Amino acid sequence: MSLAAQSDEALVRLANAGELAAFEELTTRYEQKVYSLARRILRQEQDAEDVTQQTFLSALEHLDGFRGEASFATWLMRIATHAALKVLRKHKGLDVVSLEAATEPREEGERAPHPEFIADWRESPEQLAQRRETQRLIEEALAQLDEKHRLVFLLRDVEGLSVKETAAALGLSEANVKVRLLRARLQLREQLTRAFGDERRRLAPHDHDHRQSLPSVLLILILPSLWPTSV
Amino acid sequence: MNCEQLLAVLNDYVDGDIAPGVCAELERHLAGCNPCQVVVDNIRQTITLYRAGQPYELPLAFRERLHQALRERWKERSGAASQAWRSSA
Repeated sequence: MSLAAQSDEALVRLANAGELAAFEELTTRYEQKVYSLARRILRQEQDAEDVTQQTFLSALEHLDGFRGEASFATWLMRIATHAALKVLRKHKGLDVVSLEAATEPREEGERAPHPEFIADWRESPEQLAQRRETQRLIEEALAQLDEKHRLVFLLRDVEGLSVKETAAALGLSEANVKVRLLRARLQLREQLTRAFGDERRRLAPHDHDHRQSLPSVLLILILPSLWPTSV
Repeated sequence: MNCEQLLAVLNDYVDGDIAPGVCAELERHLAGCNPCQVVVDNIRQTITLYRAGQPYELPLAFRERLHQALRERWKERSGAASQAWRSSA
């Protein structure tokens, strides 16, 4: 059987038995995924290359310790995530665990931005994902998030870390991970729905309020001032 | 539950990590509030889209350097391993 047809786990066994080609096949399978994560976290080509290289060198170094409790992909992406966060911390000149512990407590009371553009999307995410234009749009939306929201979204929603693991990786409380995640999800939803939402099926935000004791015409007048625009 | 309260438990609902009682209440709200239902759908679609994406092409020259570095490290390691084996034999 050719290497390309082998499962990740079989390739790990072959690599541990001394077959370099098996490790190179694993690298080929995941190098783009690792590089994309690093670019999304660090936003810089050179840093992303460094992190990608460190990730695979580190995987090579520790491959014989890989026990298969998680999948190889999960194991590898954890290494990549931690390598990228390490570079980020280095840039900030911080040697502490938390990326921004000093500002942390304040955000507990922040209100999440309210949805404004509400509409079904014109196409499914699977269809949208096929297009180059979509990739550009979603990366732009991600780049507009504050770093603190972007990191939580990437770790939790894209890499699938638990809230607890995300909190540990970023040096945050679980409560703050949740606050940031909600804000990130709502902000990205807003941006993407403006791009992909079906304008003809748009639901007016004032429908999205149940203070029905007020006459609806009055709601239209007062709501824009009640709802903060998204941050 | 109103729309504001729904926002507060939206994450837990999307993550399937919500107490059954709260979940039932939330779903009652969704059944009668189309905008909230659409927001929940949009958020799920947003997450799916980011998970599916591998937006950045690996630069070709870097790919070559990467594989070269891996081959070199591999050689160093297997060299060290066979030396250790020889010296312990």
